[in-house]
Amino acid sequence: MIRLIQRDLKLAVRAGGGFGLALAFFLIVVMLVPFGVGPQSDRLAPIAPGVLWIGALLACLLSLDRILHLDHEDGSLDLMATSPLPLEGLVLAKACAHWLTTGLPLSLVAPLFAVFLNLPLSAYAVLVLSLLVGTPALSVIGTFGAALTVGLRRGGLLMSLIVLPLYVPSLIFGADAVRRAAEDQSPATPLLLVAGISLASVALLPFATAMVLRANLR
Amino acid sequence: MPKTGSAPHPPALKVQDLTCARGSTVLLEGISFDVAPGEVLELRGPNGVGKTTLLRTLAGLQPPVCGHVVAADESMAYSAHADGIKATLSVRENLTFWAGVYRVARIDEAVRAFALEPLLERPAGQMSAGQKRRLGLARLLVTGRPIWLMDEPTVSLDGHARAQLVEVIKAHLAQGGSALISTHVDLGLQARHLDLTPFIAAQGSTDASFDGDWA
Repeated sequence: MIRLIQRDLKLAVRAGGGFGLALAFFLIVVMLVPFGVGPQSDRLAPIAPGVLWIGALLACLLSLDRILHLDHEDGSLDLMATSPLPLEGLVLAKACAHWLTTGLPLSLVAPLFAVFLNLPLSAYAVLVLSLLVGTPALSVIGTFGAALTVGLRRGGLLMSLIVLPLYVPSLIFGADAVRRAAEDQSPATPLLLVAGISLASVALLPFATAMVLRANLR
Repeated sequence: MPKTGSAPHPPALKVQDLTCARGSTVLLEGISFDVAPGEVLELRGPNGVGKTTLLRTLAGLQPPVCGHVVAADESMAYSAHADGIKATLSVRENLTFWAGVYRVARIDEAVRAFALEPLLERPAGQMSAGQKRRLGLARLLVTGRPIWLMDEPTVSLDGHARAQLVEVIKAHLAQGGSALISTHVDLGLQARHLDLTPFIAAQGSTDASFDGDWA
């Protein structure tokens, strides 16, 4: 499993653009908002938590179809499915590598982008924390969506339609945690809920993903 | 999957009355054969007859519709049409990855068998089709598994590489391994042949049901 994660990280760094793409996309989404709603800081600050979370979510979505599609295309998915590696472990490793190349960097650069949206200073730490504990769910749910659409041509759009609704709970509580912090309230409850969603997804979804993948490889 | 018994020469792989399907289309019915250790069986039949489907079923990618496949657990290694090579990784990195997956420590033997030494540090994406195929076949050597399921292994290999492949298979057989090879060319292995044409399922046909999307 660790080898698979290492290989995927190596591939992400070398594949030219795969790694930075999500970050660039996140930046552009966040930059577009002030152009759309106007640059007044009292208008931007209240929507900043939601915009940052939606941006992170969309950036995460962008690279999802690479998770399994490329491996399916070059045959390594078939070969790995016949290897001693359990399929559940394989999808978990894939999700883990996806998080390390998207969720983690997104969480770390989010405070930088929050400046553009005039997010109140009190919310920066919670923004990073909420993304750190929330994005694992996005990667794991995304891997599930990728497994559902793995054999399909142009499955990317279908996958977005399947995956985005499943992202809603993480989005609600993640953005709520940041908003509460911005308004000097305690963000503990929504933060715990976001973490709970992530933990439950990581614990349960790999089994469903492996089952779906097994059916799709037939 | 039940394990083989301890008879004097138990078959490495025993297939009984197997019916296999691709998706929901039943292609082959009632296949039975044995492969003993040290033996190679060549699968023959026209395009679309179900050679790949049979190999995928044996590899466990496709559950059999009915019938039994009896072999020791984790004894089979599958080599598909696609070699599972990552273009941005070097030959060494590709092989080392698979060796790691199968917990095999060394790749030298596999590299030597297919004369990949001069290509070791080259990104796999810059290799020719035949070189990629050699890398794909070298992967079988780092699985350490006794039964090789090979789907058209000679595709895009030149005469020299084909001779290397035959040598590798012979060495594998000499060590008690066995192989199932689907092929259209005679490899000169003095192998038993199994023509799949008599097993075509009633509702299946050869080219008509082939949607060109199996590889």
